[in-house]
Amino acid sequence: MRRLSWFELSARNRIAALLDARSFEEFIGPEEVVTSPHLLQFDLPVAFDDGIVVGRGRLDGKLVLVAAQEGRFMGGSIGEVHGAKLVGILRAARALAAAGRTQACLLLLDTGGVRLQEANAGETAAAEAVRAVLDARTAGASVVALLGGRAGCFGGGSLIAACCSHIVMSEHARLGVSGPEVIETYKGAEEFDSQDRALAWRTLGGMTRRLLGSADALVDDTAAAFRQAAIAQLQRPRPLEMARLQAEHARLRERIRRFGDCRDGAEIVRRVLEPAAVYGLDNWSAQDTERLIAKLPESAHDAR
Amino acid sequence: MQTLHFSYRAASRLPGKRAQALVGVVASNDLEVLLQRTPKATDCVVTVSTAVHGYDAVWKAVLADFVERRAPGGLRISINDGGARPDVVALRLAQGVRLMGDDA
Repeated sequence: MRRLSWFELSARNRIAALLDARSFEEFIGPEEVVTSPHLLQFDLPVAFDDGIVVGRGRLDGKLVLVAAQEGRFMGGSIGEVHGAKLVGILRAARALAAAGRTQACLLLLDTGGVRLQEANAGETAAAEAVRAVLDARTAGASVVALLGGRAGCFGGGSLIAACCSHIVMSEHARLGVSGPEVIETYKGAEEFDSQDRALAWRTLGGMTRRLLGSADALVDDTAAAFRQAAIAQLQRPRPLEMARLQAEHARLRERIRRFGDCRDGAEIVRRVLEPAAVYGLDNWSAQDTERLIAKLPESAHDAR
Repeated sequence: MQTLHFSYRAASRLPGKRAQALVGVVASNDLEVLLQRTPKATDCVVTVSTAVHGYDAVWKAVLADFVERRAPGGLRISINDGGARPDVVALRLAQGVRLMGDDA
């Protein structure tokens, strides 16, 4: 298989590379031209799929439902049609799980959050998507977030991701409620210098998220690695139960106690591993990551 | 937004079995091109939707060159433009007809 960069691929091509060859069947495809009813009022171009591809296919022979956001179209933002397609696929996941037909739904999130030009519809859709994720999980579905796109995963998208049963990230991925620019706008550059890319990644990036237990797997930036990780995650279901939520709350309390005063991921690494360790250097190896994860109980008992 | 319509008579029907293809993304200096088969063997109709006004002549020239080179007969081509330069437009169109020529 060719080495395809997840970061570089379009939403459509990510799905093609993720699923079994030629197994994908799209719902409400571009030929139906269901486009944003709002963007024309702002003299902005629409996309035939409103920046999201939804449908069903096979992963390792098994039926899965998939939604993939296109981070390059308006930052993967959640508009009215975009949100409705996302909510629709999640409700289908709930129905299929309840009927015992499949327990698998994959969300290839790549979004800055709600689309400003259609904010009311977008906010509503994001809230509905959160509920739909939880409903699907309650019905027994695994909802796996795959993060590694250009736009990162922010705003309403990050809330949706956080409600998923599993999160897979590449090192390129960023996950956070507010992105660097937003934090800087409201709190100033002293709080968060959005131009400092290293700071952005060691705060919001896939490696830090994995170390802190927010992500279940850290994978290479290739479609093959995401495929492998998705298959692996689906093999360990995590039903949504009270005991799991309580364990997660306990974990987060402990995390704040241990690391609440750390400024970024690098300080956490130094505290956990050894003071001399320099985070993110070229000589950092996969073994170092594993060693670090072994020392960080957070990443082992993630209860999400 | 400006919507432009063009129709051409191509030299031949574009071979291949695919009923439709979508290439590109509506992003800065890019565009999305949706190609669909029509029953008419040699007609090629193109609709362009763009926020960048006043480039009718450039679109006309790029599309005419494309029709002459690729003979995209029997296609309806719909374009959402994100402000693509002419070279990007030509490459996306070429990519689209190549996909349509695939057997699957």
